[in-house]
Amino acid sequence: MDYFLQLFLSGLTKGSIYALIALGYTMVYGIIQLINFAHGEIYMIGAFTALIVASVLTILGFSGLSILILAGIAAVIYSSAYGYTMEKIAYRPLRNAPRLSPLISAIGMSIFLQNYVLLAQTSDFLPFPALIPEFEFLKPVSHIMSSAELVIILSSAVIMVLLTFFIKFTRMGKAMRATAQDKKMARLVGIDVDKVISLTFIVGSSLAALGGILIASHIGQINFYIGFIAGIKAFTAAVLGGIGSIPGAVLGALILGWTESFATGYVSSDYEDVFAFALLVLILIFRPAGILGKSSAQKV
Amino acid sequence: MLEINNISTFYGNIQALHDVSLKINEGEIITLIGANGAGKTTTLLSVSGIVQPKSGEILFKGEPIHRMKPDKIVQMGICQVPEGRHIFPYLTVSENLDMGAFLRKDREGIKKDLEQIYDLFPRLAERRHQQGGTLSGGEQQMLAISRALMARPRLLLLDEPSLGLAPLIVQQIFEIIKKIKEESGTTIFLVEQNANLALKVADRGYVMETGRVTMEDKASSLLSNEDVKKAYLGI
Repeated sequence: MDYFLQLFLSGLTKGSIYALIALGYTMVYGIIQLINFAHGEIYMIGAFTALIVASVLTILGFSGLSILILAGIAAVIYSSAYGYTMEKIAYRPLRNAPRLSPLISAIGMSIFLQNYVLLAQTSDFLPFPALIPEFEFLKPVSHIMSSAELVIILSSAVIMVLLTFFIKFTRMGKAMRATAQDKKMARLVGIDVDKVISLTFIVGSSLAALGGILIASHIGQINFYIGFIAGIKAFTAAVLGGIGSIPGAVLGALILGWTESFATGYVSSDYEDVFAFALLVLILIFRPAGILGKSSAQKV
Repeated sequence: MLEINNISTFYGNIQALHDVSLKINEGEIITLIGANGAGKTTTLLSVSGIVQPKSGEILFKGEPIHRMKPDKIVQMGICQVPEGRHIFPYLTVSENLDMGAFLRKDREGIKKDLEQIYDLFPRLAERRHQQGGTLSGGEQQMLAISRALMARPRLLLLDEPSLGLAPLIVQQIFEIIKKIKEESGTTIFLVEQNANLALKVADRGYVMETGRVTMEDKASSLLSNEDVKKAYLGI
């Protein structure tokens, strides 16, 4: 039972991180029907920013949690700037081009950012400080759940609740949904569609950056390539849940996290990806739009 | 109030409007009638800034608006109910109405207008928590008009409000249009294929053919004009 719980929680942790990244994919897809392949790189840049800021703060004598928070804020701001700029220079000029063009542009952006960090930093794995302190009260159950896992699960949950609130109830959130559903009409009621799209990229990038710093301090090392792997997984999660759907992204991410965790625990860690992607293939065969995806039939 | 001077609008290489000019005075209902593809919708989209005319100018209260972005044009008080209604399908009725007031900051005023709209359209009040896409065609048209009214427009652009609706509902919609003009003094620019109905509510009318304005007159004179009768009224 302990073993099962342990796998369940580590799957939940993984799933939470995938969810934070998958939300960016799904929100961007929902609004401009683009698979932003460079989204994983934003997550990687978030982790690198956090590493640099955390190193400086450590030298200055700050401690654990305060470093985590400050580095998190820095990572969010820096990654948002990247996301905003990326949309402006790589996607906006292609807004009216055939759909394949921005997709190629996204892949180019991804390769560019990976190699830029490779050259500016290093190709080696860099150690990432464990910014999440060990909590005393978790001692008795530390063989089941680490404090890093607890922090990741809780903070992801809080972030997702805030996001849901923002999208559902604020005027800007409603404008985002309106823009996703009908861009022309959004313009006609006075919504500045370009601004809404920029905001979507900023929100998505912030979530990815938070995911980046949380997982980096859990796993303890980063390199320029982590964004690619995490990006593919999160993209899978978004498709699994139904791309364009926000609850779908979270659900898909959790299912993916658990699948990987249980496959590793009960079969072998070699089979982690086999099970994850087999699940994707199965779901796409039986539910092509994803678990919560809207079918394309629409009343005219 | 609105002056369109010699605009020409293109879609790629295809010219949709040729030197179109028309004028709307404050407080009147004018209508633009014409066959499919005559350029009526393009004219309205040009006013709203969704497409930009290549040449010519559009003045609203003397100010040029033909190079402005659509949201700035809405801010100036020009709202459009586009052809086919364009309800946000997955937003609820009340969220759709809220989006109509997107640029307004006066919470109290918005609340009051919302209540007024629910009084005017009890059907919408009943369905306020239902998704817009689930409404019937007539209800959607009422929602689309209400959504535009939520912006408190000075000039309301209506594109084919009768499209695809049952005759009884069309009657209702036109009653509402008259009521809007009488109660709030909103100026209305109505584009319609149902020329008969449109000319009956309008003060003045313009006739459009293949991208050009070919006639303009008082609505009552157009109704009795032999050419208009033959071409658009089916008499």
